[in-house]
Amino acid sequence: MGAGGFLVLSVFLACCVESVEALTVILATGVTRGWRASLWGAAGAVAVLAVIVAVMGPAVTRVPLDWLRLLVGGLLLVFGLQWLRKATLRAAGLKALHDEAAVYDRQIAAANAAGGKPTSGLDRYAFTLSFKAVLLEGLEVVFIVLTFGANQGSIPLAAVGGIAAVVLVSAAGFAVRAPLTRVPENTLKFLVGVMLTAFGVFWSGEAAGVNWPGADGALLALIAVIGLAALGLARAARPALADPALAGPALPDPAEVIR
Amino acid sequence: MKALRAVLAVLSDLVIGDDWRITAGIIAVLGLTAVLAHHGLPAWWLPPLAVVALLAGTVWAARRRAGSVP
Repeated sequence: MGAGGFLVLSVFLACCVESVEALTVILATGVTRGWRASLWGAAGAVAVLAVIVAVMGPAVTRVPLDWLRLLVGGLLLVFGLQWLRKATLRAAGLKALHDEAAVYDRQIAAANAAGGKPTSGLDRYAFTLSFKAVLLEGLEVVFIVLTFGANQGSIPLAAVGGIAAVVLVSAAGFAVRAPLTRVPENTLKFLVGVMLTAFGVFWSGEAAGVNWPGADGALLALIAVIGLAALGLARAARPALADPALAGPALPDPAEVIR
Repeated sequence: MKALRAVLAVLSDLVIGDDWRITAGIIAVLGLTAVLAHHGLPAWWLPPLAVVALLAGTVWAARRRAGSVP
């Protein structure tokens, strides 16, 4: 797989995770408060995100590539490492695992408790909740698409990965009308954290003047080294748990994750 | 105003996140990498090594805060 393939795969996986989280809120508000306001809220947020991409996309591509890679590669590295930190803490049992079913139940309870459901017109509660969820999760998607696309010199290629993820998750969510609990979200978050960090190291390092041994092939080595290091850290941090109730399921096998 | 605050919170979460030392460490590492490369010294080993060290540091700090290390 070339750098372009890894680009699309990374954006696709990252956007799948964000889409699953936004979908849970849309489904919860749709089921409890009605689909009209929930879907209008989501559509409104998508429109705002489209404007942000339309403004930011051309602006980003006008920045000289070296500066862009240093700034955006550095930002991606920070973002990726923060993501990988959370994933490693979850794998070590030091942070509660992300449970989409529990999030869904909480949203349902909150929506029912909110009351004041209008008999006519748009339900402001459902609209606002749906709008906010899609906008906030979508901003992360936009950040990932723009940073990956700008660094690789192909925002449309990155957008393909992002749009494919959103379409796939939306179709699956509305087909089952339930949160996508079968998506291995915690493993995906771990994988995405590794890939974002590896891309961030590669691009920001290149912009800082590094000549990577093996050129683009160094990216594979970075993914392997960072992935194995994170898994090793998760295992090393796990045995001395303060609260065994926080412990998650067995860690993924390193060979399975890196394959 | 609330929406602006929410967007700023997301941006802050993207850049600073849960541990500001990660951001500070990365800025320092990239600066040091640029200095090494500028002087013609091999610098490719530094960013991956530093990233693993930063991850180890922040995970261990969280572990300590959780009370699992005396």
